[in-house]
Amino acid sequence: MISILKEIIKYKDLLFMLTLRDIKIRYKQAIMGFMWAIFMPIIAILSGVIIKTAISFVSGKPLDLSDVASISAKVLPWTFFISSIKFAVNSLVGNRELVTKIYFPRAVFPFASIIACLFDFFIAAISITLLFAVIHIGISIYILWLPLLLIMLILFTTGIGLFLSAANLFYRDVKYVVDVILMFGIFFTPVFYEAKQFGKWEKLMLLNPIGSILEAINSSVVLHKSPDLFWVFYASITSISMFFIGLIIFQKTEPLFAENI
Amino acid sequence: MNQIEFRNVWKKFKRGEKLNSLRDTIPHLFKKTFSFNNDNGLRQEEFWALEDINFEIKKGEVVGIIGPNGAGKSTILKLLSRILVPNKGKIEISGKLSALIEVTAGFHPELTGRENVYLNGTILGMTKREIDSKFDQIVDFSGIAEFIDTPVKRYSSGMYSRLGFSVAVHMDPDILLVDEVLSVGDIAFQAKCTKKMRELLKSNTTIILVSHNLTLIESLCNRVILLQKGKIIKEGISDEVIPYYQNIVYKIEEEEFKKEMASDNYKVKINQEPLVNIRSISLCDANQNIRENFKPGESISINVEFESKEKINNPLFSLDIIRHDGVLCCASNSKENGLFIDSIKGRGSINIKLGKINLAPGIYMIKVSIWDREMIHPYDIATKDIFRIESEGVISNNAIFLPEAKWKMKQ
Repeated sequence: MISILKEIIKYKDLLFMLTLRDIKIRYKQAIMGFMWAIFMPIIAILSGVIIKTAISFVSGKPLDLSDVASISAKVLPWTFFISSIKFAVNSLVGNRELVTKIYFPRAVFPFASIIACLFDFFIAAISITLLFAVIHIGISIYILWLPLLLIMLILFTTGIGLFLSAANLFYRDVKYVVDVILMFGIFFTPVFYEAKQFGKWEKLMLLNPIGSILEAINSSVVLHKSPDLFWVFYASITSISMFFIGLIIFQKTEPLFAENI
Repeated sequence: MNQIEFRNVWKKFKRGEKLNSLRDTIPHLFKKTFSFNNDNGLRQEEFWALEDINFEIKKGEVVGIIGPNGAGKSTILKLLSRILVPNKGKIEISGKLSALIEVTAGFHPELTGRENVYLNGTILGMTKREIDSKFDQIVDFSGIAEFIDTPVKRYSSGMYSRLGFSVAVHMDPDILLVDEVLSVGDIAFQAKCTKKMRELLKSNTTIILVSHNLTLIESLCNRVILLQKGKIIKEGISDEVIPYYQNIVYKIEEEEFKKEMASDNYKVKINQEPLVNIRSISLCDANQNIRENFKPGESISINVEFESKEKINNPLFSLDIIRHDGVLCCASNSKENGLFIDSIKGRGSINIKLGKINLAPGIYMIKVSIWDREMIHPYDIATKDIFRIESEGVISNNAIFLPEAKWKMKQ
């Protein structure tokens, strides 16, 4: 387990180059180039706003700017999560030439695709920060929770990504199942709405670590209050264990990759 | 010091593309995940690609691995480069290993030459700093400096592989694996590659070379390992192993040839019931022993037995020797050689002494025909016995004839 991380550090230049490759090729031959990293989340936010507006029409409660801010704060991490998983699932199979021909720690593939998505996430985050400044969302001491929450999000995403990339190598069914889950995941995750709107089902929403992380991010960034400590603790434990489970499964199955891809 | 050690290495692969059912695989995967002791038996559809391979390679040695397709050469290279792991046995490698295999595998078509040099370099195990310091050398070697900022998808296939090769040869490995990649680019580039290989040979790098080019193996390697069907069948200096391998290849070809001839469509049909038929053809050495294998320079004689139902006047016998690839090597007939046959009836035999025939090692077929006087209508054609000339030394060309040449120098 430690050895796999050591190997990756040894191959850090390769990880850097592969990440650079993943970022570059995503926007090659596109006129808008890197602007897509901003446009995509904006489109997602707009669709969230439309849904929110529709809900407010039905319930009669007016939509205010902080709702828009909440949606933005939650859509970005959610987009990071689903795009990371999507790219990570295909990362080994999509590089079969390299997996079967040249040796280096295979974990660099899912890692590189997740870091490339992280890059997109930060570009979008900068523009959202500007938006928050314009609409006067303000800032509070609770924003200090944000780094920890993001680390948990990254660990959870990486763990799942590692596991799914290896699983997809053996059984291509995984890709389809993942696509379906990610497509409907937004209905079962508090992205466009708040978990507490679900009353007694709230806990079920938060059992999904992504859900509790998103809610905590919303609390600390937009609502300026401390996130629910119990759920932050729960999310941290699940994220860290998910990360190590993913890593161990990946490492154990890695020697079988070349002949089973 | 041994740089590479293979000790009792076994490796199995699966045939076909049947996926294991989930019901079998999930418990199996769990067992593997948590214990990872490789089971030794073969499951259904599995076969051993390597069986009990043992060898050692010392530092600075240049070793060739030869063998027919499917012998397990690439599997050994993949085991060495750690892409595959053995099912049983142990592989020990000390030092930095790099492979001149699939030198363009790391290229991404959308990226420019420059970006790909860095990407491929790190994939092959170099650090970014190493590439920085060698970048100019690499580009210079590839000879495509003016296109270095063009996406490689616009490159010609020659430029593509030249760039890949240039990156790969600029690593400074302790062990270098080479698999049939020395035939990249045009003549000028190949000359550069050969020069680079010479430098590597001098630099005390351990090199493992896999090739079907036996001349190359012979000129570069001090030791050769011959693989067949996953086993090492011979190991030693190239002058011993390469002729041994050539003889095996000829034997296999001979068997295939015989099989082909045994099938019906090979038989020449002339009449429903030929007037004359050739009953047998046999090959003898100088002592009249029937043999099928000869050494170059041995004298050979051929015995043909025939039977004719009716009396035939002035028949003519002809003999062709044809190499396995269809080249007619010698042709002779009884009339040209001054044998005039008055008539034949009933059983008889004819003997042709070829003397020292000096054919180069290889597989040959003999075709004997019986013709009418004018050589217009053949009564019977028999294409039977295959015979083989065995090789004694390394034969590196496709010559038909081995002259008993005597070379002399005057100065």
